[in-house]
Amino acid sequence: MGYWNDFTRGIWRENPTFKMVIGICATLAVSNSVVNGIAMGFATTFVLVGSCVIISALRNFTPEKIRMPIFVVCIATFTTIVSMIMNAYLLDLYNVMKLYISLIVVNCIIMARAEAFASKNPVPNTFFDALGMGVGYTMALTIISSVREIIGNGTFLGMQVMPSTYQPVLLMVLPPGAFLTLGLLAGLARFIDTKAEERKKASKEGVVEDAGTSSDITG
Amino acid sequence: MLGHLLILLVSSIFVDNYLLSRFLGECPFLGVSKQVETAMGMSVAVIFVMTMTGVISYVTQVYILKPLGLEYLQIIAFIVIIATLVQFTEMVIKKSSPTLYQALGIYLPLITTNCAVLGVALLNVQMGYNLIDSIVYSFGSAVGFSFALVSYAGIRERLAFAPIPKALEGFPSALIGAGLLSLAFLGFRGLV
Repeated sequence: MGYWNDFTRGIWRENPTFKMVIGICATLAVSNSVVNGIAMGFATTFVLVGSCVIISALRNFTPEKIRMPIFVVCIATFTTIVSMIMNAYLLDLYNVMKLYISLIVVNCIIMARAEAFASKNPVPNTFFDALGMGVGYTMALTIISSVREIIGNGTFLGMQVMPSTYQPVLLMVLPPGAFLTLGLLAGLARFIDTKAEERKKASKEGVVEDAGTSSDITG
Repeated sequence: MLGHLLILLVSSIFVDNYLLSRFLGECPFLGVSKQVETAMGMSVAVIFVMTMTGVISYVTQVYILKPLGLEYLQIIAFIVIIATLVQFTEMVIKKSSPTLYQALGIYLPLITTNCAVLGVALLNVQMGYNLIDSIVYSFGSAVGFSFALVSYAGIRERLAFAPIPKALEGFPSALIGAGLLSLAFLGFRGLV
């Protein structure tokens, strides 16, 4: 239960993109096509899991005062590994998003998890927390890039999904579309959350409250 | 020669704006843009750190990493340079102007994790600029960053009084506002 709880934290409750709104530079920049979004999600997940596990394993030996430089060097090492792997096996993708792969090192999500979770918790918990955050981030990137690619280009993963008469809204794949999509989706996530909360409250307080709300509506 | 530099300067300020078209440094953009005054302070510090980083990281890349074949240490080397520079800036400002130091507060050390700063160092190398080009490019990018940050802070000061649907309060509305500003900056495309 404990591990499951750690894992699901990043997927919805504390989703880095929609709830915490951190690490959005890369989210905005690479979400213009689904392929880029998913690749960026996987690369970030790899760095997140790798560096958080190492930081957690070293947490008892890390002096409090110089923990930041140690975290940064750890994260930079994994970022270098991922950028070398992509350079070797996924050259086309690497050429498109070279800059943003290198910039994983300053992605706030990783630093935030290292500071808030990995430096205080044992390795297995950290592993599941980092994995959950990574999956949540990848999911968010996939959703945002799907919206942008389908509306802005009429395709999904490069396949035509809109009818051929559909006129693509070019704006969505241009920079402003990134801001607008993320803003509206973050608003939607918050809206769903408040609705769910209201429902939970209503069911907990039972029939009396239910009658009250329904009379409110009719009144 | 001068014309080329002017084009580089203008395009780095307006056309390839770091915040609104390259998406670098969004965290301070959303975090520090609630008031024009703090945005100004942040801008001054960022202009200094970004220009210095651009120059020093370029020199490091060309004269140290490349001759020794250590290019794979690029990211680590650059991040150490930035952290040192930010620390140095902090010390200098603290000694020379305590008032400015007070005004900048926590935002000064946070420049270390500003991806615009690392971005400018990496882009200088990737684009194959020479020393003068990279000075101009770093400075121009930093000015573009500040320009967008301050003008957006102005918008957000007004936005604080606007009636906004409950679900969109805070970050979502800030992002949508940024989207509209970015739309305005699209108009600069084709300028160069």
